[in-house]
Amino acid sequence: MRRGWKISLPFAAVLLAGLGWAGFAPIDVSSHEQTFDIPKGTYAQRRAGNLVEILPDRIRLTLGLNDVLLIRNHDDVPQVFGPTIMMPGQSFRLPFERAASYQFACSAHASGQLTIDVEPEPATPWARIHWRVREWWERHKK
Amino acid sequence: MRQSLVLCLLGVAALVQAAAPAADTLKAGVLTPVMAAPNLKLSGTDGKLLDLERFRGKVVLLAFGFSNCGEVCPITLATLAGARKKLGADAANVQVVYVTVDPERDTAAQMKKFLGAFDPTFIGGVGTRAEIDAAQASYGISSAKNLNADGSYTIGHSSSIYMIDRAGGLRAVMPYGHPSDDFVHDLKILLRG
Repeated sequence: MRRGWKISLPFAAVLLAGLGWAGFAPIDVSSHEQTFDIPKGTYAQRRAGNLVEILPDRIRLTLGLNDVLLIRNHDDVPQVFGPTIMMPGQSFRLPFERAASYQFACSAHASGQLTIDVEPEPATPWARIHWRVREWWERHKK
Repeated sequence: MRQSLVLCLLGVAALVQAAAPAADTLKAGVLTPVMAAPNLKLSGTDGKLLDLERFRGKVVLLAFGFSNCGEVCPITLATLAGARKKLGADAANVQVVYVTVDPERDTAAQMKKFLGAFDPTFIGGVGTRAEIDAAQASYGISSAKNLNADGSYTIGHSSSIYMIDRAGGLRAVMPYGHPSDDFVHDLKILLRG
């Protein structure tokens, strides 16, 4: 019984400290930009019938953390992304200031539509824990 | 003591400056590098050729829509009219150009009446189907007819507003839904050059 406590107490303390850090420490991000590159030859590959996925159908951004979408067109032809057309070599930097779900027409998708979900900044400890866990999970499942 | 206080104040000022968003950052999406805005070869509702070179020296807000639009276009046009009002005297250096995506129904007279209800200075662009298709393609504008049961139709279309600077460069794109204050903010920056 006493041995069980000896093992579980430090484990609980570490878990509690981890949760405390995840819930209360400010989230530090190196950049507010979420970047997507349209590689050279994308149009040619599409014309050849190859499926080239540049952007996911749905992009999630978080205010105050990663709230700027940056698309860079490295291809030799213009590309239409949602609200605009980008010439070869051009980039489009779109900031978001309001939490909402944005729908854009987008020729880069088979569905012709791109959804950008902008979530509010995680303000509570629980929201910060949730954000950290989800980011970690998404980074590691790739 | 006094020296430490000054250093502290300087440090706080630097932190505040670092945390504040840059005053020159546009709220619209920014295109880099800036390239010349594709020109239009359409008929204007003011009776002249609608050629963007006419508006050099002004900031042009360019959007696409149609006069029978019941949802998106009235909101966009009211927003742009509101932004011009808030700009005061600077509004004289801002030109709104609204190009139809419905050339089958939108005559110059029809578009002029529609736009005039929001702001009489707005200029509409009309033309043949081929001319409108070319204008839409050059700005990546998509549109699709949606047929109603009674045979009438509406048109779903791209609803962003292109911001063209005084030198004719396509600088930024404001997605649909931004309030007039965001346009005022960006127009002030673009008007400064």
